[in-house]
Parts: sequence; C-alpha cells; structure tokens
Amino acid sequence: MTVHRTNLPTISAAGLGKRYGDRWVLRDVDLDVAAGTVLGLLGPNGAGKTTTVRILTTLLRPDEGSARVAGYDVATEDARVRARIGLAGQAATVDELLSGRANLELVGTLYKLGRRAARARADELLERFSLSDAADRLVRTYSGGMRRRLDLAASLVATAPVLFLDEPTTGLDPRSRGELWDVLRELVAGGTTLLLTTQYLEEADRLADRIAVIDAGRVIARGTPAELKARVGGERVVVTLRSEDQLAAAAGALAPLAAEPPHSDPGALEVTAPVTNGTTLLGVVRALDEADVAAADVGLRSATLDDAFLTLTGHATDDLKEAA
Amino acid sequence: MTALADPTTVSLATRFRWAVGDCLALTRRNLTHVRHVPEKLIDVTLQPLMFVLLFAYVFGGAIHVSGGSYHEYLMGGIVVQTLAFAVMGTAVGLADDIRNGVIDRFRSLPMARSAVLAGRALADTLSNLIALAVLVIAGLIVGWRIDDGAGSAIAGFALVLLFAYAMTWAGILLGLLVRTPDAAQGFVFVVIFPLTFVANTFVSTPDLPSGLRQVAEWNPISAVVAAVRDLFGNPSGLPADAAWPLQHAVPVAIGWCLVILAVSVPLAVRRYRVATAR
Repeated sequence: MTVHRTNLPTISAAGLGKRYGDRWVLRDVDLDVAAGTVLGLLGPNGAGKTTTVRILTTLLRPDEGSARVAGYDVATEDARVRARIGLAGQAATVDELLSGRANLELVGTLYKLGRRAARARADELLERFSLSDAADRLVRTYSGGMRRRLDLAASLVATAPVLFLDEPTTGLDPRSRGELWDVLRELVAGGTTLLLTTQYLEEADRLADRIAVIDAGRVIARGTPAELKARVGGERVVVTLRSEDQLAAAAGALAPLAAEPPHSDPGALEVTAPVTNGTTLLGVVRALDEADVAAADVGLRSATLDDAFLTLTGHATDDLKEAA
Repeated sequence: MTALADPTTVSLATRFRWAVGDCLALTRRNLTHVRHVPEKLIDVTLQPLMFVLLFAYVFGGAIHVSGGSYHEYLMGGIVVQTLAFAVMGTAVGLADDIRNGVIDRFRSLPMARSAVLAGRALADTLSNLIALAVLVIAGLIVGWRIDDGAGSAIAGFALVLLFAYAMTWAGILLGLLVRTPDAAQGFVFVVIFPLTFVANTFVSTPDLPSGLRQVAEWNPISAVVAAVRDLFGNPSGLPADAAWPLQHAVPVAIGWCLVILAVSVPLAVRRYRVATAR
C-alpha cells in the first residue's frame, strides 16, 4: 500500500463539508495538491478557507467527506498527519508570556528535535524573519507584524513536508511580505508541499501553481493562475464619469475593447471592464471621445479579488459578506 | 522528506518518554509565565498572608478553640483555603490559553494531547506549593508548629500535596467549562468562598448554630482541614460528638481528594476535546 502513496497527491480532499447547526460553512469541497507544489485557496472573509485548513490540519472534524494529507487520513490517522505538517493559523498563535526565542524552542521541543537542535533552529529562524534583536523580549511587547512573523517561523521549525499557511501575509508590511514569499519559494523548491489561503489575487498569482477559488463554502473555480487570469482578465480599464446619464454611452464605447461586458457602477460613476490583450489607454480614450463621453478619469489597473468574484459569480464580495 | 515525531512508528517506551517530555515542556512553559508575571501568584501568596494576620491578631482574640493555641489551629485552615482558592488561577490560565489560540498551535503539533492539561496541572501544583512555602514561613513566625514528629509531618505535607493536585484538576475543569476569567472569578466567589468559610477553617464547629454545624461537619473542606491539623499535631478543636467524617478525617480527606480527581480528570479531558475542536 505504501508503494502507491508516492503517486497520490500530498493533500487530497473529497466532498468535505462542515456545518454549525443547520448552516453549512463548507460543502462539497474537493482539493488535490501534488507533492512539491503550491495550492492557493483564494476567497473573501467567511468563505470557508480557515475551516478547510482546520480540517486538513486535524484541528476540526468534517461532518462530510474525507481528506488525506501526506498519505494519511486526517480523521482516523490524525497523529500521523500531525507528524508531517506545519501550520500557521490565521490568528497569531504564539505565547504572549514567553520570549520569541522561547516560543520557537518550545515548538522545537514538542517536535522532538532535541534541546540543542531546537535552540539552533530557533536562532536560525529568528535571523531569517528579522527578529533576532527582539528574540529575548516577551511576545506581549511585539507589534502585530512581528507576532505574525514569529507565528510563521513557528510553523517552519520542523521543516515539515506539508505546510499550511492561513493568510500568511495579512498584517505584514510589503517588505516582510516579499521576504516571506522568498522563504516560501525556497521551501517549495526543496520539495515542501504548500497550501496557503489568501484574499489577494496577486499573492496567489505569485506563489501558487494552482488556485482554487472558494466562495460561501464551495469551490467555484480552479485552475492555474494563467487559466484563472484568462477567465477573469488580467487588467481592468476604469472610466470615471462626471454624470450618471453617460454610463450607458461609456459602456457602449468600451464594449468592443473589452473581454467581457463592461460593469457599470452608478454610485461611483464608474464603468469597469476587463481589457483584451493589445488594448492601450490611448485606444480607450479615443473610443470614449468618438462616443462623446466626457470622462473625469481613465485608468488601467490589475485585477483584484473583487474583479475575480464579479466575473466568476456575478456578484461582488461585499454582497457575499452581507448575505452570510 | 522524513516524518517528525510520528508516534505510530516508535516503541511504546519511546511514546511514553515523548509524552512525559511534552508534559514537562508545557510545565516549564507555564512556570516561565509565573516568572515573567509574578502577579499571578498574588492570589495564593499575599491574600493568605493577609488572612493569617487578620485571623491571628484581629479576630483570633474572639475565637477560642479547645485544647491549644488558636494560631496553631488557624494554619491548617488557611493552607486548605488557599489551595481551594487556587482553582481560580488555574481556570483563568487555561481559559486564556484557549481564547488566544495557543492551544491550536499545540494541537497541530505531533505531541501528546494530554500534555496540555497534565502540564498545566503539574505547573500549577508546583507554583501553589511555592506559595505555600511562603505561608508556612509566615505561620512559623506567628507561632504555628508541627507538634507530631517527622513521619506524621511528612504525611501531612503529602496530604496537602494531594489536595493541591486535586484542586488544580478542579480548576482545569472549571476553566474549560466557563471559558472566561470573569466567570471563573464569579464561581470562586459564589461556591468556593462559602465552602471554605462554612467549615472548621477558622472556627470550631460547635460554635456554629445547629443546621450550619451539620453542614460544616460534612463539608469536604472540613475533613481535609481536620486531617491536616491531625497530621501536624495541631489542636483539632473537635467536639466529642463531631460528625463521622471529622472523626475519621485522614482517610475521609484522602477519599475526597481521590473523588475530586476521579470526577475532574475524565470530565476535563472530555471537555477539552469538545471545547478545542470548534
């Protein structure tokens, strides 16, 4: 049986479901992550990302379906799973009343690294996450970003073959974010399998080999970043108007240049559309001019999670939060 | 890549060694908290010292016990009361751990799940004993003595240790049930406080009105207090017609400690699984 394990995906979930009372927070979730690859689980707050991670890391039992991590069932072989995973949860789960160093040494001890190795590993990680200067201070005195970095360091103490990071860059400044991305790329190049959740399309794009978009507890789209971006559209043209009665004219002018029908927002006096390859800002301005549309502002920006949701579900992420 | 600390691939002896190591690592962690935040020990150090002074010098003059000095009588009561109040510190500590997510970190690691509770029990028992040492020194200063020989004194301290351990587990169960520090405090005030006062802790039971006297004499706290006094050779203040538990205080006290453990440990373990798997 072990012979076949190497051919199986490192993380696989089939029909995962979790409910609280009558409310399903997760339903019919299937996931497959091949060894040494990165899956980005992309979705807004409350979509079910954390619930998925908690099930896959044995913290939570699913009400439906099953999952295997590193070849073992998360429900029935949970101790074996825990011996093969690292986790950085969404809330920074570090001990406030210990120093940063003591936190990492404790985790190393619990991974049975041995005292000396645990200490060496703690030093190494403190250095890598720019925490050496604060190593012996109580975590209580750390800033939010420092806690987050320590939490991530804690998940890497044992260089586990499978790593789960729940919104790892939330609360990090851009520099720390870039540094973390470098660390993660290095780990994956070394054979680590990574599942990370994020609210940022850009982050999933930069790091993930495959992306699963999750919405209201269900996977609504999956594919490589390129496939998903092709569906969602890479760049958006945003036209801001001076008055509401020009919305229709602007949408009409943009339609021939857009990959999908333009979306009008009367509140913001904006028309947004994913542009096709080769469309330039100049072309957009010219088209608007020909349609006699007086725009207050015309710009291009890259697609956001909101754009992705708009395209994939037909509704924006904000509607989702209100519905939940 | 290799697996880390997979408990299913090693011998039973190694697994046991790992579990003990996990428990000690968490014990050390909890004791480090006390070192960094010594205020945590105020409940079990300053407060009992205040009671010693209050009862020895303010109320003591008005309370009489048969067969000896009130200062000697007092200490057994305050030692037991202190340990009963200590359930609050344990409950608060555990409720805090669950609330701020540290338990999630532990639960995702390849460690013995029992270590979180066992480490808490061991650490809190040890820190409560440190507090007791302070109390004993204060007792010696106000005139308390162990009057019954070394063997009996050792038995006395062993009983105190057993009671401290049992109370820690009661505190763990409380922390898992209430989940907030305020509620733990409320429970101690409403339940533990009367329990330690409607007893032979500070007064001898014949001085109590009928009805209350029976409650006090059957109160488990009274049995433990009477047993501690008995083993330390302090005046017992026991009337000739004391209720059965007080006549057999030592075995009854041990029995109560074992009952508390037999109830608290399995309930706490079960509650821990439920409370943390949300």
